[in-house]
Amino acid sequence: MTSTFLADKRSGQGTDLPPPEKVRARGRARRRVLHWLTAVAFQVPALVLFIGLVMLPMVFALYAAFFRWGGFGMPSDYVGTDNFTDLFDNPVFLGDLWRCLVLVVLSLVFQLPFALALAVALNQKLRGRAVYRMLFFAPYVLSEAITGVLFSMVFAPDDGLADHLLGAVGLDGVGGLWFADPSYVMATLFLVMTWKYFGFHMMLYLAGLQSIPRELTEAALIDGASPWQRFRNVTLPLLAPTLRISVFLAVIGSIQLFDLVWVTTQGGPDHHSETMAVTMFQYGFKRYQVGYASAISVVMFGICLVFALAYQRFVLRRDLEGATTTMRGDGK
Amino acid sequence: MGDPALSRRGFLAASAAAGLGMTALSGCGGDSDGESSDGTTTIEWWNISTTEPAKGVWAGLAKKFEGQNPKVKIKIVQLENDAYKSKMTALIASGKLPDIFHTWGGGVLKQQVDAGLVEDLTDKTKPWADGLLEVAKEPYLLDDKVYGIPFDIGMIGFWYNKALFKQAGISEPPTTWGAFLEAVSKLKSKKITPIALAGKEKWPGMYYWAYLAMRTAGAEAVQKASDDKDFTGAGFVEAGAHLKTLVDLQPFQKGFLNAAYSTPTGQAAAVGNGKAAMELMGQWAPAVQADSGKGLGDDLGFFPFPAVEGGKGAITEVFGGGGGHALRRGAPQAAVDFLKFFASEATDLELVKKTGVIPVVPNAESAITDPNIKAVQAQLNAATGFQLYLDQAYAPAVGQEVNDSVAALIAGSKSPEQVTQSITQIAKEEQ
Repeated sequence: MTSTFLADKRSGQGTDLPPPEKVRARGRARRRVLHWLTAVAFQVPALVLFIGLVMLPMVFALYAAFFRWGGFGMPSDYVGTDNFTDLFDNPVFLGDLWRCLVLVVLSLVFQLPFALALAVALNQKLRGRAVYRMLFFAPYVLSEAITGVLFSMVFAPDDGLADHLLGAVGLDGVGGLWFADPSYVMATLFLVMTWKYFGFHMMLYLAGLQSIPRELTEAALIDGASPWQRFRNVTLPLLAPTLRISVFLAVIGSIQLFDLVWVTTQGGPDHHSETMAVTMFQYGFKRYQVGYASAISVVMFGICLVFALAYQRFVLRRDLEGATTTMRGDGK
Repeated sequence: MGDPALSRRGFLAASAAAGLGMTALSGCGGDSDGESSDGTTTIEWWNISTTEPAKGVWAGLAKKFEGQNPKVKIKIVQLENDAYKSKMTALIASGKLPDIFHTWGGGVLKQQVDAGLVEDLTDKTKPWADGLLEVAKEPYLLDDKVYGIPFDIGMIGFWYNKALFKQAGISEPPTTWGAFLEAVSKLKSKKITPIALAGKEKWPGMYYWAYLAMRTAGAEAVQKASDDKDFTGAGFVEAGAHLKTLVDLQPFQKGFLNAAYSTPTGQAAAVGNGKAAMELMGQWAPAVQADSGKGLGDDLGFFPFPAVEGGKGAITEVFGGGGGHALRRGAPQAAVDFLKFFASEATDLELVKKTGVIPVVPNAESAITDPNIKAVQAQLNAATGFQLYLDQAYAPAVGQEVNDSVAALIAGSKSPEQVTQSITQIAKEEQ
């Protein structure tokens, strides 16, 4: 259809000769049509995939969340909001929410400052700087499954590398059960998460640091600012947009955490390291309670959505207003 | 068991699917009967034989079948136990199962049958399946129709290290629960880890509770509880209390709550490497011990789960199950032929000799040489009652709840009463 339409246009142009300005106008119109067609042609494959593989399943999950459904055939046993009310009565799921919060807080308090400190250190002139950068970034390149298997071995009680290392420096018996201890499993998990992701955040910060003009720090130096003052009042505010993005990624990552937990602990011992995604998997793929699992995924989606929108509205907006150049609202 | 990362592939695929929304899969899965233009039929065979020697022997059998049937190609897909179960869930949602797939029968198979995904084999297999061992066929018999053909039958019992038992001064394997607890204490006093348990995987812990329930309430009562959807009877609470007594002795290896079953640091390896004195496991235990650890050889012994003093169940009632194959609805005739080939006397003799399974073809019995497998076979022949693995016998939600609550009991967060209440609640919800 498109080609005949274009052909018609072309033949029309050939038969009656319009005045020059009309030709220009028609040329513009044709360009606009072509432009539009090109845009459509480029977008259709992505749109089809996005709608088919993301939007439709999401809508369907929302629909299925209102049914008691085992995954066979179409959902038919409508139960209203029962799945959701049950969910907020389920101690495991409430625990998931709590653990999610713990992970978010731990990430913000330990992981990101650690990554920032490293980034600042590696932004100095340092022998072998490139090697360090590469080394610290390497864990991020590993798949989560491989990381999980690796650390299952490292933290094997007695036989693992962790206990051997502690033993080698005279700390026998300090290492505990790691993943097998309900009280320490989250700490162990967080250690692995940090190992895996600090390099990624460090890279973000390094990129941010390198975009800060050197003149600003030099000016502060001439004004007699101490290293801490230079960091606090020049570097940090200028790094703020990067920090905000990194916080955003860390929070969303904590909410959706699955692979690492599944491989290392499957949510155990006794649900002490279970996350929302793991609970969803348990109900959907082990218990065949797909409606209930859909309800969990809907809640997860809701939490992510609300967080993302609120964060964009209240935090990231400052970046759009040019906070980078004016340093407005510096931590106040 | 090779590279553990490999067995995680199924999880990765599944988690990718989960990320897209669990139901994304329902639209996928085209229909094809696997016949190509040159008349060759390709049949897909999904099994869980990921450990040697079975892995190699099965592949060899597939080759042999291809040799006898030049127009048939067999595509083998091998997945580790848990990965297989997860992957099957995704496939069920898609409405299309592999041509031949592993099944344990019971409640899970029934759900697949109810969804119309499984071929009724009653008439197609009658001529040759009639001669197979009755008890082995039982789990696949639903409403008097045959939905699966067994290749293995067995039971759960204690596999123990004779040398370590001797070292602790235990002359005879215990036959009563009291003697068993005493043996555990003796082993502990010699600084030997009495029992290896894969706490991360939950199903090995369920065996203890299930057997104790069979011993206190009796096999019939366990069946009745499942029919009535009421597990709150006294025998079941008592079973949990007995298990609690055992757990309080701290008989398990260090870090058992995060131990897997078949990995190099798991339950089977702990026994196979002589680091723990026993494990409660099925007839496949010796093979997995030797694959993930060194294996115990002649030091390995078997004894049935002890009787509980004053309990209604007998020591001759067995808890177990087997392995079988089912076909997807509409699978090609070649798949039926393969089942026939796999259940033939020649194949069964090879399986018994090389992989140590218990024969489903009565004539293949003569091929058993391993004294432990003979002991298991004798137990099975003399069985006065039979209960299929609970997580297979019951609907998946109920089976998982049993595993989960018993795991909580072992971890110390649920009381024996709470275990029976949780299971009953889920059983009543699932009709």
